[in-house]
Amino acid sequence: MKRYGIANIVTALLLFFAGYAALFIAPDEATMHAIQRIFYFHASCGWAAMEASLVVFAANVAYLAKRNPQWDWLAVSAAEVSLAFWSVVLVTGPIWAHPVWGVWWVWDMRLTLTLILWILYVSYLILRTLIADPERRAVFSAVFGVFVFLGVPLDYLSIRIWRTQHPQPVIFGGPGSGLDPTMLKVFLYCCGVMTLLMILLLRQRYHLERLRHAAEELRLAGEERMDARVSGAGKS
Amino acid sequence: MGTARAAAIVFGREVRAEMRTRELLQTTVVFTVIVVVLFNFAFEPSVAEARRFGPGLIWITLLFAGSLMLNSSFAKEQANDTIYALRMAPASSFAIVLGKTLANLLFLCVTEAILLPVFSILYDVSMLAFLGRLALVLLLGTFGMVVVGTVFSALAAQARLRELLLPLLLLPVLIPLLFASVEATAGLFADSPALDRTWMAVLVAFDVVFFTASWLLCDYLLEE
Repeated sequence: MKRYGIANIVTALLLFFAGYAALFIAPDEATMHAIQRIFYFHASCGWAAMEASLVVFAANVAYLAKRNPQWDWLAVSAAEVSLAFWSVVLVTGPIWAHPVWGVWWVWDMRLTLTLILWILYVSYLILRTLIADPERRAVFSAVFGVFVFLGVPLDYLSIRIWRTQHPQPVIFGGPGSGLDPTMLKVFLYCCGVMTLLMILLLRQRYHLERLRHAAEELRLAGEERMDARVSGAGKS
Repeated sequence: MGTARAAAIVFGREVRAEMRTRELLQTTVVFTVIVVVLFNFAFEPSVAEARRFGPGLIWITLLFAGSLMLNSSFAKEQANDTIYALRMAPASSFAIVLGKTLANLLFLCVTEAILLPVFSILYDVSMLAFLGRLALVLLLGTFGMVVVGTVFSALAAQARLRELLLPLLLLPVLIPLLFASVEATAGLFADSPALDRTWMAVLVAFDVVFFTASWLLCDYLLEE
């Protein structure tokens, strides 16, 4: 547990420095100025969310193959963490978009796909809350998770075709094109820190899931003992 | 028993059970017709607008109807405890899921065969010029919907709030299918009807991907 404490403090310091770097070290963007700095958090959270989503899929497949409950704990932990990061992406995006594009939301490729993913992870977590039996919950949510993952490339494809057929409401040369070297360094640093934060959250959430499982086992064992004692008392 | 034969038996059972009461079909058909009628009160569309928004309306209606109708596919096995008989049957889980999928496909196709003429008459949109191509789009779109829907029906059947849960699981996963079906149908509803190859390819890809997935994963649906 002590190792976790140190990792927490280190990540907090690194995050603090990421904020400093994004606000003071990265140079001012020519047209968007200060508001562009949100991009260091927005895009790096998207990056961490994507990593966590991949963990969900890998854990789902591993659970179906091995039937080891630990994979299920990892899947639900990663799903919650990825939902948290996707939510940050969905909130910081419009904050940036409103002053720059003049609207909070456009049905652009990446925005639409992010929103769909967010909805899918919410559905995944709701499904989990509605199945009581732990093993069935693990199997069914893993099956759903695989279906969800298989759908993502098709979503990507459809939105791409759809977007090229319909006029684009806003045209922008994204901040990724021709990035200043300092900007790139700060951005990569932020991505690294967010990944670290993601792993840390994932570990904490996994630990919580394991404790929950252990508590459930203890409760069941206790009930069994109680039942045995009651039936034993009845006999004598 | 071979998969095809077992699937045919399950299919026959589903259809026979439905034909005894026809309650699922009549409820679904009436539901879709009501939605199409409500469309008029909500938007009061002109003929041009009905052509423009018709494909979206038809597919949204079918998606909602499907997500309500497919619930009973496995929920009724749960309610009658016939799920145990299905598990014991000397048939692979794929055969059972396939038989149910095909039966659901038939039920939704019957619904469409009633819904489309109603839509056509109420909104003065003639579909005779592209009927064959429209049937192909409907078949591919409906197939994708029932493939995913039948699997999810098995998932939702053992959860709480299953009637609400199934649409929640099904609709977001069907987004690419909705895109492709609506756009392909819209291509046919245009002034010079044309079948969009790209969207047909997306539909076929959707069907193949999820049919394979249901084949690979159906063993997990019926286990104890």
